[in-house]
Amino acid sequence: MAGRLLNIQGLKVHFKTDDGWVHAVDGVDLSLDAGETLSVVGESGSGKTVTAKTILKLIDMPPGRIMDGSILWQGEDLVPARPERMRDIRSKEIGFIFQEPMTSLNPVYTVGEQIAETVRQHQRISRKAAMERAAEMLSLVHIPNASRRVHDYPHQFSGGMRQRVMIAMALSCDPKLIIADEPTTALDVTIQAQILDLLNEMKERLGMAVLLITHAMGVVAETAQRVIVMYAGQVVEEAPVEALFDRPLHPYTQGLIRSIPRLDLAATEHRRLEAIPGTVPSLLSPPQGCRFAARCGYAIEACRAAPPPLREIAPGRKVACIRAEEIA
Amino acid sequence: MAGSIPASAIASPAAAARPRIGPWREAWRRFRKHRLAVASAVVLGTIILAVLIGPLFWSLPIDEIDFTARLEGPSLAHPLGTDDLGQDLLARILYGGRISLAVGFAAMSVAVSVGVLVGAIAGMAGGRLDAALMWLTDLFLSLPQLPLLLLIIYLFRDALTGVVGQELGVFILIVTVIGAFNWMQVARLVRAQFFSLREKEFVEAARALGASRARLVWRHILPNALGPVIVAATIDVAAAIIAESTLSFLGLGFPPDIPTWGRLLFDAKDNLDFAPHWALFPGLAIFLTVVSINFVGDGLRDALDPRRVQ
Repeated sequence: MAGRLLNIQGLKVHFKTDDGWVHAVDGVDLSLDAGETLSVVGESGSGKTVTAKTILKLIDMPPGRIMDGSILWQGEDLVPARPERMRDIRSKEIGFIFQEPMTSLNPVYTVGEQIAETVRQHQRISRKAAMERAAEMLSLVHIPNASRRVHDYPHQFSGGMRQRVMIAMALSCDPKLIIADEPTTALDVTIQAQILDLLNEMKERLGMAVLLITHAMGVVAETAQRVIVMYAGQVVEEAPVEALFDRPLHPYTQGLIRSIPRLDLAATEHRRLEAIPGTVPSLLSPPQGCRFAARCGYAIEACRAAPPPLREIAPGRKVACIRAEEIA
Repeated sequence: MAGSIPASAIASPAAAARPRIGPWREAWRRFRKHRLAVASAVVLGTIILAVLIGPLFWSLPIDEIDFTARLEGPSLAHPLGTDDLGQDLLARILYGGRISLAVGFAAMSVAVSVGVLVGAIAGMAGGRLDAALMWLTDLFLSLPQLPLLLLIIYLFRDALTGVVGQELGVFILIVTVIGAFNWMQVARLVRAQFFSLREKEFVEAARALGASRARLVWRHILPNALGPVIVAATIDVAAAIIAESTLSFLGLGFPPDIPTWGRLLFDAKDNLDFAPHWALFPGLAIFLTVVSINFVGDGLRDALDPRRVQ
């Protein structure tokens, strides 16, 4: 696995709270090749955002702490990396797109200044050249009148437009990997599709890899090649995207797919939206065995006894369920 | 799926025609709506202009003694009257205003610099350093200011004037002392702003894009914290002018030959019965300046408060 762009092994990130240590990420393996799109799915609190932020060490430490594991970026372990090295990697090698485009831009500067600032942190070029680069980036992400709009302030842009600006900013230093943390959650549906199309287009044009964090299965289907499903801080399933939708192996993944609202059925059959019963277990003291067992219809005694290992049951398909073969 | 997606074709012509609205232009637009603040800004501007270039037009010397014109009320020769030595009060007020305003703005700069520094360090560091700095701030807030001011000036005036000369010495001492007792509000404001701003998404976004800590503070957090600081700064100018007047009135400010507004009041106090104009005009100058600064501060608060959208 040495040649991979990003290779995370056994990552554990815990947070100290007044009640004890929260095991937010508890042994996650994840790897990504150059030019590939990997999607990480899971509900709120499954640890997907923490995993993403830990790659760039954007979590607050303390209270956060990387307890174990390695994050190999092109073979270099980022866990012990110094802050200066991390600053260098941020945006120059790995770009990051946030969930909230409405508040992720500084209100007191024009968008051009903000993009130019990012560029100038990593490249020694003049202010003027950086502003030109900013305008170039804005037109790349299809903002009309880019050369004029660089002089506008964030409040003069709509949500979708601001997310385009954020993408332009993340792309401005030609990173090899873009981490997008729920980039479309805060946007309405038509704009979501535009932003996902834009991400796909940028990926194809610039040949970078994308790590897409999301809780929407629809977003996964539209963009990713490979999917990792996370539950309660752990990976429960990993599969190519078609295989995952065709034949989900883990009961949790099955539940997730069943709970996608379907307009075609709802109109004719008056079916209620299916939900997974129960809630995510407390990560302060996670259960001994399978963390999904309490909400799982297939759970047996053995499930609660010991944590199920993440097994590779077909090439590229891994699942952490001891009954995967029977129930799929 | 790939291919060009025009983000919004309808929005483009409008975007081309619309003028740019920066945050400062927007603030100015809102400031203009505050009538009292605009009027105050005009008054304040007039006072500043008068003390700056007034002495060029009103060329009577401030220290020409004329015993034939002692304690005269306003007249054509002396529009604001004369004092007990027959010195022209208008000339003295114009000259003294320079000192009073200079003290006000210089002391404000000291207070704001110290306040921003302390507040920024506390707000960024958090933890023990924050606790220590806030403890220091509370300590300063709880000190009885006037007795301490008097004591410090009494102790150090002679030492300092011996080194840099009397006028400059007193100026530096007064500015430092007033500044040193007025930074606490700014420090608290800045700290509170930092605490909320450093959690903002755009700060995290800037960090994710490789900004260093110094850059985050200087470029991203501080400019966003500036609104309330500017408002506090205007109030500080007024407070410093009052403090200087108080010190001068108590005879511990500038020496008698430098007629600051407070000093003029001090000199006038024994003659209130038969020459009320002597105290009236310097008092009016202090009053107008302080009131107009406060109203300007009010207007700025409304203009710079991002939550107010009109």
